[in-house]
Amino acid sequence: MVQGLFLLFAAASVIAALTLVLARNPVHSALALMACFLQISAIFVLLEAPLLAVIQIFVYVGAIMVLFIFVIMMVDVREAVLQRFLPGNNLPAMVLLALLGTEMLVLVLWSGAFSAATPPAGGEGIGLRQLATSLFAEYLLPFEVASVILLAALVGAIVLAQKEQR
Amino acid sequence: MVPLWWSIVLGVALFVIGAGGVLLRRNILVVLMSLELLLNSVNINFIAFGHHFADSRGQVFAIFVIAITAAEVAVALGILVALVRNKSTLRSDDVTLMKG
Repeated sequence: MVQGLFLLFAAASVIAALTLVLARNPVHSALALMACFLQISAIFVLLEAPLLAVIQIFVYVGAIMVLFIFVIMMVDVREAVLQRFLPGNNLPAMVLLALLGTEMLVLVLWSGAFSAATPPAGGEGIGLRQLATSLFAEYLLPFEVASVILLAALVGAIVLAQKEQR
Repeated sequence: MVPLWWSIVLGVALFVIGAGGVLLRRNILVVLMSLELLLNSVNINFIAFGHHFADSRGQVFAIFVIAITAAEVAVALGILVALVRNKSTLRSDDVTLMKG
């Protein structure tokens, strides 16, 4: 049951990702990206990380996609529709991508450490309490640094996007 | 119970597709969206390994990745809006201000 659902969501997310890369219109790309994020959040639920699934929907589908759609509305995307890919020879990039993919697959699937059928640790899963303790006790300093980075990005985005008043 | 290597193969597939979008597409907006896809495939790996080893640190790192991604997207789209205002183009090979 869970495996079938995983295969279904994985296939849907890969199809959505291909649509994102191959679509002519940036609006279609944005909608495909949103569909892909929804499938990935469903996969997070299957991997027993419900908090991450909800955060994924809130942050990516809720916030980041709205940002993308707003920027698509602000700029003129019609002239970009005409040509999808970079002009010239794309063969080196394709070869590089194929090499990268096969390298990752070979390295992961040939090493026997990841194909073990049973998980090594006791499998009662990660509770929300354990996650919160880990985030707010062990990783408190990175958490605060992340909040400072978010503040800096907020101020930087406002400064970059405003018109110059001089 | 989902085998670990299924999640890893899914992460690899999404990473390669996203990298293809970053390397091959001409539109800067689509390049940014493909970048989001790359970061998401890494998140799948973090959560799959955290689930496999019953370790909460995978989810903690995924939360940090999501936070940094939100900051990155805000700054990148701000730069994009400023770029379009100065030099009305969305094609990544037209942006040669820094002689790259």
